[in-house]
Amino acid sequence: MKPAQFDYVSPSTVDAAVEALVASNGEGKVLAGGQSLLPLLNFRMARPTVLVDLNGIEGLSYIEDRGDRIAIGALTRHRELEHSSLIASKLPVMSAAMRRVAHLAIRNRGTIGGSLSHADPAAELPMLATFYGAGISVQGQSGRRTIAPGEFFVDALTNCLEPEEIVVEVEFPILKQDGWAFEEVARRFGDFALASIAVSVRRGTTGLEAARVAVMGVADTPLRLREAEEELVAMELDDGTPDRFSEIVVSLVSPNDDLHASADYRKHLLAQLAKRALRTALAMKG
Amino acid sequence: MAKVSVTVNGEKYDVPDVEPRMLLSDFLRDRLGLTGTHVGCEHGVCGACTVLVNGDSARSCLMLAVQTNGAEIVTVEGLGSPEELNELQAQFREHHGLQCGFCTPGMVMTGEDLLRKYPLATDEDIREGLSGNLCRCTGYQNIVAAIRSAAARRTEKAS
Repeated sequence: MKPAQFDYVSPSTVDAAVEALVASNGEGKVLAGGQSLLPLLNFRMARPTVLVDLNGIEGLSYIEDRGDRIAIGALTRHRELEHSSLIASKLPVMSAAMRRVAHLAIRNRGTIGGSLSHADPAAELPMLATFYGAGISVQGQSGRRTIAPGEFFVDALTNCLEPEEIVVEVEFPILKQDGWAFEEVARRFGDFALASIAVSVRRGTTGLEAARVAVMGVADTPLRLREAEEELVAMELDDGTPDRFSEIVVSLVSPNDDLHASADYRKHLLAQLAKRALRTALAMKG
Repeated sequence: MAKVSVTVNGEKYDVPDVEPRMLLSDFLRDRLGLTGTHVGCEHGVCGACTVLVNGDSARSCLMLAVQTNGAEIVTVEGLGSPEELNELQAQFREHHGLQCGFCTPGMVMTGEDLLRKYPLATDEDIREGLSGNLCRCTGYQNIVAAIRSAAARRTEKAS
């Protein structure tokens, strides 16, 4: 339960960090908050030869208002997102989800760049990036590029990054919405989600003009359910709408059985959460 | 090998020959002799090794000692002494908030951070806040009572 030997470098710029990763020939690992990497090192499931610590790099931790988007630096801790009044007013779904991210001591250390890179299919930040359609900016040998969540999250615990690429910033578009909800069930408060859904709605003259739906815990990556969004906009709003919406949401996912929950149980949870989320979102006075 | 310069419980330490892979928990116990920080699971699940790093609670098994250069750390030894317990420790004694005592340092350090960051208006808030700390004696009832009492005393003082 102790890490194997590695060299430790603490560069002061992203360029130097990328160089260190290039020099490691694919054997290096990036250390941000360390709340997922350190357990892997302690178990020796990861045995990098070089650990590149980003914590000495200035200017990677910020929450910035850019008009129609909020930009978040990769080294911003979960705690800062949880307590940010800017996030609460501009990205309320994220604000509601943040207190369910792990536990206090982990939120104090964990970072958004680290959580996205780790790509756990039942973690809140990858789901939020998917829900908002965030732009994930990464820096590598040939400069910067911005990746959409659908491309970034390849599989469970797998992202699309090259070995020397580092997440530097995540931009979240501010949604025009009249109502929203975030629902999650976990076995213990702060644990990874068994099932979760985020919903946002914008009212039109009749029915809804736009909707946004994302789920997690029910596939190998978080999912944005565009079909459910379209069907929701096409629906007439009446007492039966949450039930019909819930049926559509569940029909679009096919979770696997695992140690924590059966596929049927996850579907059952998602159905209940979908109903509850849509009811909450529709009841909000925008 | 690296040198680690760190302030722990108000005392400055310059420790040579620290392996990069040495966990903060092992550094505190084995190099500084501060065995109040307990090591349970060593992968960030049990919370027994929780300490304050620059004022925020952190699991010391999920940090490397070399990462704490220049940091200020408080361990359970830094809160009070057996003769003079700090406020929260006194409440743990008052409410018998421990059985075997193994999880207690982590519970107390987490409690300190919770009391600083959250209103803790209800027992549910306290339980959610403690959800990252495991007590294998399952003595949660009195731990919650101790923190509830500390939160109430804090509110009294503020008003």
